[in-house]
Amino acid sequence: MNLSPQDSTAILLSMKIAVTATMISLPFGFATAWLMVFRRFHGKVLLEVLINLPLTLPPVVIGYFLLLFFGRNGWGGAMLKAAGSDFIFTWKAAVVASATVGFPLLVRSIRLGMESIDRQLLQASRSLGASWHDTLFTVVLPLSLRGMVAGSSLMFARSLGEFGATIIVAGNIPGVTQTIPLAIYDYASSPTGTSMALSLCGVSVALSVVILLLHEVIGKKLEHGGQP
Amino acid sequence: MKLRIDIEKKLGDFSLKLNTEISGDRVGIFGASGSGKSTLVHLVSGLIKPDAGEIYLDDACLFSSRKKIDLSPEKRRIAIVFQQAMLFPHLGVKSNLLYGYKRCRPAERRIKPEAIIEVLDLGHLAGRGVNKLSGGEKQRVALGRAVLANPRLLVMDEPLSALDDSLRYQIIPYLRSVSEEFGVPFLFISHSITEMQLMTERVLVVKNGRLAGISTPDELARTGMATNPRGYLNLLRLHGARQKDGLFYYPWGSSELIISDGKTGEESLFELSSRDIILFKQHPEAISARNLLECQVAELFDSDGRKGVVLDTGGKTLIAEIVRSAAEELEIATCAPLFAAIKASAFRRLG
Repeated sequence: MNLSPQDSTAILLSMKIAVTATMISLPFGFATAWLMVFRRFHGKVLLEVLINLPLTLPPVVIGYFLLLFFGRNGWGGAMLKAAGSDFIFTWKAAVVASATVGFPLLVRSIRLGMESIDRQLLQASRSLGASWHDTLFTVVLPLSLRGMVAGSSLMFARSLGEFGATIIVAGNIPGVTQTIPLAIYDYASSPTGTSMALSLCGVSVALSVVILLLHEVIGKKLEHGGQP
Repeated sequence: MKLRIDIEKKLGDFSLKLNTEISGDRVGIFGASGSGKSTLVHLVSGLIKPDAGEIYLDDACLFSSRKKIDLSPEKRRIAIVFQQAMLFPHLGVKSNLLYGYKRCRPAERRIKPEAIIEVLDLGHLAGRGVNKLSGGEKQRVALGRAVLANPRLLVMDEPLSALDDSLRYQIIPYLRSVSEEFGVPFLFISHSITEMQLMTERVLVVKNGRLAGISTPDELARTGMATNPRGYLNLLRLHGARQKDGLFYYPWGSSELIISDGKTGEESLFELSSRDIILFKQHPEAISARNLLECQVAELFDSDGRKGVVLDTGGKTLIAEIVRSAAEELEIATCAPLFAAIKASAFRRLG
């Protein structure tokens, strides 16, 4: 293993971005999945397409759209400027890039979990005196936990590997926005960086294995809604 | 309990249109599958919204399209026991039981958990996970959970259909005892006439989304006698059996019934088809059937070409079924004396 201090920073930054992106997305992912599974409304198909678009679009395109939106002349940019906050080319932009790209994966997993909940359980809950939000938090949420864990780990892994959108909105600034994939990209383009690149690749593999293992273990524990 | 319904609901090709009022604490809703029974109770409990109309429970308006009232399910306080127990899989038995109780206003908590746990015999299950319960245990927990919500009305939507025969009749006494002991009125939905006879006092008959009539479970069983493949089913609760030569002797009214498949020690429920009773005008000299009852014709009724003969024997009643020509031959009329022969093996023990 051959890691420079700059590489360590990149690893920590990758983790920080992936964790933040996943945590911020979770409540939105849960709410979106709930809307899609349990609610009927006009424009559902449109929302469906919109949510899944990042799955099919090249990440670079997403990054470019984000740049336009949060750039100096975009709506988001104007609002952030009014709030006195820097966004483009900071780690926060990398978080938004990761969140946008990973969101469909998160929603898909949570939806799968929610779709397997028997509707009669919700009817039972309502008839026992629970209001809809009570039912949401005491029945839907606990029974969606497995899907949420699965979705979070997928999203976390996807965020760790995010490259295209990140490099456009957050750039590739060592120590500020340079994540593992961006650092590997730098090493790969330098003639002497092979061993350094390989070390970071090793870290990536290790992280992925740990995430998949955790995913399996927690998933097993949550089988039958966590009851023995 | 008084339920007043005047509703319309269209669901795809199916339409439900009902206008009726029914009162009583043990009300049945009877109909074939697809007749709209479940839709009706979903409408009453607020799980589906009617297209138009009104629903009143006692004097409370649950729904009125005219007055723009549509109480949410949790405000209607109508607890449902489904065909499958529908216990919350992420909660243990105790938390399932208390789910509705905790959400009930303290002033309305008339029925206490300890009482239900005792009546439904759930004490030894309280610490378990719901996935470790048998089908019958699950249904008992579901029933306890519904009653503990202290509902104004308990709806049982085919609660016995998913259970096998022997379990079904073990659960029925529990279903009856909760409503009797705790005074919770119920709507019992089923397509089984026997269940209606065991559970209800009034029956709302639904057919193709329309009201086909209101009757008593006994009338329902009599009407269905000719079309039911097993005729009218006499239900007998017997106890105090003594065993002799492999047969069980049960005291019944002023006489005794001899039954092959009996049980000593506890009360048992037996079913006897109206078609398994043979009628004689005079005392036969010797017959193989173990039961020969001296009886009197209390009443005669018609059911689709068949004659139902209501027999009075030692203060008890049985219904036998014969074809019209047999009725003429035997010259059966009200008050006529008859002998009824029943094989000991004709009694089917239900539980």
